[in-house]
Amino acid sequence: MSSNVITVPVGQTEARPWVDELHQWLTTVDHKRLGILYIVSALLFLAVGGVEALIIRIQLMHSHNNFVSPQVFNQMFTMHGTTMIFFVAMPVLFGFANYLVPLMIGARDMAFPRLNAFSFWLSFLGGLLLYFSFLGGSGLYGAGSAPDVGWWSYAPLGARAFSPGHSSDYWTLALLVSGFGSIGTAINIIATILCLRCPGMKINRMPLLVWMNLVMAGMVLLAITPLSAAQIMLLIDRYLGGHFFDTQAGGSAVLWMHFFWIFGHPEVYVLIIPCFAFMSEIIPVFSRKPIFGYPVMVAATVSIGFVSMSVWAHHMFTIGMNSYANSFFTLTTMAVGVPTGIKIFNWIGTMWGGRIQFKTPMLFSIGFLFQFLIAGLTGIMMAASPFDWQLSLSYFVVAHFHYVIVGGILFALFAAFYYWYPKMTGRMLSERLGKWHFWLFLIGFHLTFDVMHVPGILGMPRRIYTYEPGRGWDTLNLIVSIGAFIQAVAILVFVANLIISYFKGARAGNDPWDAWTLEWSISSPPPAYNFATVPTVASRRPLWDQKHPEDPDSRYE
Amino acid sequence: MQIALLLFWSGKPLWAVEPGDSTAQSTSIFSSASTPAKSITDLSAFVLVITGIIFLVVFAMLLYSVVRFRGRAMDGGREPAQVYGSMQIELAWTIIPILIVVVLFLATARVIHAIEDAPEPVGALDVIAIGHQYWWEFRYPKLGIVTANELHIPVSNLSHPTPTFLQLLSADADHSFWVPQLAGKTDLIPNHPNRMWMDPQRTGVFLGQCGQYCGTQHAKMLLRVSVDGPEDFARWVRAQQIPAIEDAGAIAGRRVFERNACMNCHQMGGTPANGRFGPDLTHLMSRATIAAGAAENTRDNLRLWIQNPSAIKPGSLMPAMKLSDADLDAVVSYMETLH
Repeated sequence: MSSNVITVPVGQTEARPWVDELHQWLTTVDHKRLGILYIVSALLFLAVGGVEALIIRIQLMHSHNNFVSPQVFNQMFTMHGTTMIFFVAMPVLFGFANYLVPLMIGARDMAFPRLNAFSFWLSFLGGLLLYFSFLGGSGLYGAGSAPDVGWWSYAPLGARAFSPGHSSDYWTLALLVSGFGSIGTAINIIATILCLRCPGMKINRMPLLVWMNLVMAGMVLLAITPLSAAQIMLLIDRYLGGHFFDTQAGGSAVLWMHFFWIFGHPEVYVLIIPCFAFMSEIIPVFSRKPIFGYPVMVAATVSIGFVSMSVWAHHMFTIGMNSYANSFFTLTTMAVGVPTGIKIFNWIGTMWGGRIQFKTPMLFSIGFLFQFLIAGLTGIMMAASPFDWQLSLSYFVVAHFHYVIVGGILFALFAAFYYWYPKMTGRMLSERLGKWHFWLFLIGFHLTFDVMHVPGILGMPRRIYTYEPGRGWDTLNLIVSIGAFIQAVAILVFVANLIISYFKGARAGNDPWDAWTLEWSISSPPPAYNFATVPTVASRRPLWDQKHPEDPDSRYE
Repeated sequence: MQIALLLFWSGKPLWAVEPGDSTAQSTSIFSSASTPAKSITDLSAFVLVITGIIFLVVFAMLLYSVVRFRGRAMDGGREPAQVYGSMQIELAWTIIPILIVVVLFLATARVIHAIEDAPEPVGALDVIAIGHQYWWEFRYPKLGIVTANELHIPVSNLSHPTPTFLQLLSADADHSFWVPQLAGKTDLIPNHPNRMWMDPQRTGVFLGQCGQYCGTQHAKMLLRVSVDGPEDFARWVRAQQIPAIEDAGAIAGRRVFERNACMNCHQMGGTPANGRFGPDLTHLMSRATIAAGAAENTRDNLRLWIQNPSAIKPGSLMPAMKLSDADLDAVVSYMETLH
């Protein structure tokens, strides 16, 4: 090349910003960007898991339907469950935790930014690995495609004798890989909260969202590790001739159940506690009052964390445990209801005497309270183990946990989206579309999941690709399916709102909700490294103190 | 909608569903016909009432606060009184739920004990139920009977009980024995024998199906329990105890059966066929259905099932036999002699 100046073609320089931008997103270690990556990847998987749910519901619209084969149906419910728990619910909650925890404690990033990025990419690639089974699952042995053994993969169905292809291996490895990601994020959240709080933010002044994510992260460490151990044992069974769960060689199917559910039940709380966290931030702001009973809320959260570690076998009431074991797990399961009830009372106590503003985040929060109340009460029904001998493994249980996961967790998440989207993007979500989204989703939700309890009571088991006519299940299933489509429409409204508002939404400003925690003290979206000067706080509501210097919270704490 | 929900959660529509459905075809958990199922129904009624009351109280509080404390335009941006909590109130809504939990637990523990720890009386019938992908094997060890998919048990009289005690085993994956009107479900798990019992108080056919996902055809692993009067049951037992009927007219079909792979999997009492992988066919025609309840036991269905099981139950482990038409007719005719 001569010494002449090289003229770069104009088009190429215009393309560079996109490449740079992409490069920045792929290599970022910024907690805010990683939070958004978690949330966006979860939304993508939500769409996939949602389509799987719709396929299930079309197949079950009437008895002896032939929309899909039993093999495909079994793959659909397996993939739907695995996707929604591991690649939607957990990542989206980790995403919010990642985004909000440092902002709320006045930190400039998470404690371990590189570990943070590593954990995200592990989780995300775990999800891609799971879906690669559709392409690579039939593999060498010609059997199976996507995993079809249910999201618990109960032994011995997961053994080589029953799952000869590689589909189960994709499931195992996907959970193992994303599990390591979850453990990394949990360690990071704990370290961040313990070490990076700004001056004045004593542990009893942390916002409840931070407290609850601390408990959640601790539970992740305790819950994911046995799952990972079990996956490794399953791999040893499948490839190294182990017999942990191989019943044909003297292994124990029940051992797998214990391993799975000692993960599986705390997992429910891993998912719901961050949603309690959203409620504990959103309800006070829109009621214009501080949270009722802060210390009791913390105590209730910690005790849920402890007690929920000893309830796992309530998923196993039908496996023939003796009467003492059944009684023990009945008692512990009912006992979890006490601190959970305290929380509901405290949220109502927060609203009591307030001036409630029915903005979209608050609408979803009220929906959450109503549905979570019902979900808790059906949970009490099933905690009574003899009642569970009838209800377990039926559509009643499916309705119950969707009441928790959709009626509770998803409603709380929608509230969080409407509440923090202005902080993340600098734009408000449309209230008009938000109300459409709320009412459509509420109607669809109740049509689907209220009605779904009834076929369970009428003896319809879960995980059946078709059913016999004449049992009184047809009409009910049709209604359930119609509700599912209404929910799908509501989700489309939500996605449209996310996209349209990103470009055309009203400017949010720093503090659109007149809120009280630190994230609202800086610009929207927050600058890199968040706080130009590290803030100092004197109470649980630093921005209240700032806005009401005549009557600061610090006077009462 | 709220009112409908209230009614729903107070349990009323659930009971209202019952009358129209209380025929023998019902699988409602509330139309119980046996002691274990009845005590569960009673416990559930108690739990439903308690949870219904909790729902009404909490929902009323929620509704009241949403309506009463809604923000109004005339507030003029003033903040309400900032209340941080109250120890007395917190104590109240901690202690009251604890008391409710204690009551619910004691009521539940009583039922757990009554059902699980019930001793087996002298007159009880013992049956071994073995779950297979995707059918049920029933063995009556004291009576020397082996049958499949349709369990026959005697009706039980409260003054002179003849309950049935099932030992639950599995030949392959996990299954669950669930006939809602007779008892709650119990799983059949390999290497983990379980037990359950039932004492049906009225005769009739009770339907159920496998409750635990067991593979491709979990959906069509149906279950029928025929509860017979004492004489009917005795007659059924006698008929099942004799070996397979040898009908000279069906000898051609029997040859087809014994020359092909059929006899590797199926047992035929009194003949060399002693396979155990598939259902015992000694008295096939005494059953109302084939393929674990997936189809009625008719000549056409038998023919279709033998030729191509996937047409009735895709994923079933019975292979398509690919017989010639003549052989197929002969073997179906043989099946039809197996009363």
